[in-house]
Amino acid sequence: MTIRRRNSQFDLSRGFALAATFLFFVSLATAPSSRAQAAPSQTEIGKPGGRITVALRTDPKTLNPILAVDTTSREVIGAMQADLVHINRQTQRTEPALASSWKVSPDGRKYTLALRRDVKFSDGAPFTADDVIFTFQLYLDESLSSPQRDLLVIDNKPIAVKKIDNYTVEFDLTKPYGPGERIFDSLAILPKHQLEAAYRDKKIGEIWGVNAKPEEIAGLGPFRLKSYVAGQQLLLERNPNYWRKDANGTNLPYLNELLFTVVANEDAQVIKFKSGETQILERVGADNFNLLQRENSSKSQCLYDVGPGLEFVFLLLNMNSLDTAKHADITAKEQWFRDLKFRRAVSLAMDRKGMVRLVYGGRATPIWGNVSPGNKLWLAANIPHPDRSIDQAKGLLKSDGFSWDANGALLDQQKHPVTFTVIVSSSNAQRTKIATIAQDDLKQLGIDVKVVPLEFRALVDRVMNTHDYDAVLMNLVNGDVDPTPEMGLWRYSGEMHLWDIGEKTAATPWEAELDKLMESQMTTTEYATRKKLYDRVQEIAAQNLPLVFLLSPDILVGAQSTVGNFRPGILDPYALWNIDEQFLRPAGAACH
Amino acid sequence: MSIRMSPHAKRNTLLVLFIALHIVVIFPGFFSTQGYAEQNRDLPFSPPTRLHFVRPDGHFSLRPFVYGWNEAALDTGIYEADRSQIYPLQFFVHGSPYTIVKGINASTHLFGVESPGRLYLFGTDDFGRDEFSRMLYGGRISILAGWIGAAIALFTGGIVGLISGYTGRWVDSVTMRMVELFMALPWLYLLFAVRAILPLRIETTDTFILLIGVVGIIGWARPARLVRSMVLSAKERNFVLAARAMGASNTYILRKHILPQVYALLLTMAAYLVPQFILAEVTLSFLGLGIGEPVPSWGTLLAELQKYNVLVNYWWMYAPGIALVALFLIYHWASSTIQQRVGVPLT
Repeated sequence: MTIRRRNSQFDLSRGFALAATFLFFVSLATAPSSRAQAAPSQTEIGKPGGRITVALRTDPKTLNPILAVDTTSREVIGAMQADLVHINRQTQRTEPALASSWKVSPDGRKYTLALRRDVKFSDGAPFTADDVIFTFQLYLDESLSSPQRDLLVIDNKPIAVKKIDNYTVEFDLTKPYGPGERIFDSLAILPKHQLEAAYRDKKIGEIWGVNAKPEEIAGLGPFRLKSYVAGQQLLLERNPNYWRKDANGTNLPYLNELLFTVVANEDAQVIKFKSGETQILERVGADNFNLLQRENSSKSQCLYDVGPGLEFVFLLLNMNSLDTAKHADITAKEQWFRDLKFRRAVSLAMDRKGMVRLVYGGRATPIWGNVSPGNKLWLAANIPHPDRSIDQAKGLLKSDGFSWDANGALLDQQKHPVTFTVIVSSSNAQRTKIATIAQDDLKQLGIDVKVVPLEFRALVDRVMNTHDYDAVLMNLVNGDVDPTPEMGLWRYSGEMHLWDIGEKTAATPWEAELDKLMESQMTTTEYATRKKLYDRVQEIAAQNLPLVFLLSPDILVGAQSTVGNFRPGILDPYALWNIDEQFLRPAGAACH
Repeated sequence: MSIRMSPHAKRNTLLVLFIALHIVVIFPGFFSTQGYAEQNRDLPFSPPTRLHFVRPDGHFSLRPFVYGWNEAALDTGIYEADRSQIYPLQFFVHGSPYTIVKGINASTHLFGVESPGRLYLFGTDDFGRDEFSRMLYGGRISILAGWIGAAIALFTGGIVGLISGYTGRWVDSVTMRMVELFMALPWLYLLFAVRAILPLRIETTDTFILLIGVVGIIGWARPARLVRSMVLSAKERNFVLAARAMGASNTYILRKHILPQVYALLLTMAAYLVPQFILAEVTLSFLGLGIGEPVPSWGTLLAELQKYNVLVNYWWMYAPGIALVALFLIYHWASSTIQQRVGVPLT
């Protein structure tokens, strides 16, 4: 769960569909709505000045790229930091960023990157190869347990970074690496001169919090911190030292300021967008999207349905190894959750089509595996799509020793009633609705489920740290179409191995197989072989249901027609990935 | 109320309305047409079903009837009546089972239409649940909350006021300072705090009762002050002084002479407090602190209106709000009638 393409990322608090398709393979014809506009693809020459306001669902938790795991933090960090190689969210291809060019050794192991010269951090200090070496030292430091680390460790060996000269670095990936230079996307390059002392004192975890002073945070991104008011807003100002220029040689970014306001509720975000208070609307729900489209007669807002996304929503049953004394009630329930037949019955009872229709107004797709149908390049064709069947589900439970009492309540093998709590992010209306539908579906099996909405951070804490929950309805968003970002999820030792975090050895044979498959797909460069390996991963996931996959929503975004170069993509961050190129034009402009 | 009615007729109308309302919400299963959690996933946000009296062929029908939905149009999300399907309204129909009190189940509903016809008097919500039935069930929770809250507040307040007023001196001073403290307490924040410290797995119903209990306990201050003032004036009356001179004990005086004077006040207070506590429940649920899905209360039903697209598109979702206003008027009417009859000041 972390940095964009890399791990599957958390998007618990907002989770409004984003979508991702592999450009080369998926045409826009797969986009479900005929009314949705195609996003412009040409970059325009913009006009400097102005401010764009974007609403965030929650406060960012940190501005420290080493530690950030939640979408909000990463979104803000994305505007403040830069990477070596960047994936263009619209074309899906890699583009030079801080590295102006790169060479790959014939064996596919070594990447030699030529760094841009005359680049300065936002505080004026020069950027050199030392910063790159230092940055990777941090990401790879086990004691910092950075979420990016998983991806930089290939076959149990961390990648090696070597300085060739002040503007050349060599990366030894230890093995041929499937995704290639995509590995460098979204890995923010950090200022050594500013962080070295903190790293020596082992204080990296404490710095660059949201309350840091603006001068304490230097970055190579288009914007730098100006001020932060907790619970209200975070204001970024133009980084005068930013290295990118447009085709005419004008320094980017065009905008003077980028303001993030905290608006906890989607409806309030929509109203603010409608009234023109915010310029960009990210991750809007289908209800509101359709409403905006209906009411937008003046065309002052441009709305885009970018297509099905890389996000998948699922029900997660807690299978963590817990202290039996402390969590007696949960460990008792885990006996059901660890039972494959029980998980299959739960999955069979889910009315995925109803969820798509009622919650997303049709702007989503039911799924039975982890890969969204939008990702045609990697989707395994042989994943079965069993129809919803309460009878079959009941049959499965019965064959497993479950029974029902006179009132139709499900009893387990020891005749204890089967009942559990599903936690869900309280700030996400869609997810709460899905939970209500799932609750009703499970009731038909005789399972009494309680839905408890929790504040986002409290929920993440329970899922990731304390494991104090029965079940959770949440989502993951893959940052890239490539399977490698899912390493942390499928490897038993991964940081995001959600259903049983922190396994020392694989708890089941299929988890051991998943681990091996993921490892080999990562170190294979040939697509056909990788695809075969990843197909098997999907097959195992669909058979064993560590997560009960439910659906994958479309990416729906909007911008005022005054925002120039608004080119939403299907990879997170959908709307802000090219914020350095976005600009404001006079009112009255038409959508593209 | 400016309706011209004789006081007697007015009182009877009020009484009938008051009783009818409570019967309906105490036995929502019988009056509703569906279970509150019954989802009809093919019919989200269906508009209220219209009752018709004139058949397509022009004939008048005394028994009202409804049309079925045009299935083909439904698939595209459009609600259109299909005039070839006619379902007459029937009374005492067999429908979804419900529980009257724990252990006693029934499945007869006052009215309904035969399947596959559907009757949604107030439309449906986003899961296709019947808003009318949910409103009746929701009323039970809301009014129950009002009654429990008021009972706790009156009981606590009554006892504190009685002791404080009758004993006087430092006891009076201390309790009255406490009353001021409680009246200044920001109860909403207190409830947020209480909810936050409760464990996850506690039953939502229990949480809810607990929160209402807390609201009731915080609400004792005002009745306590009123009761105290009544007691203060009552204990100086000549017949009380006379009783004391005759050697009557404190308990005797309280029971025989003072309490009867306070009863009327408590009754008026009750009619005045119940709507206040209903409003407290609605506020709590509206902010997400109330009873959990799928059990409805008027607050959770109204909370749907927080969603912008519901607010502007589906007018029938306002129904619980209208019911709330009607309920408040009836209670207000009741409280002013009692007040006129017994003649006690309320503030």
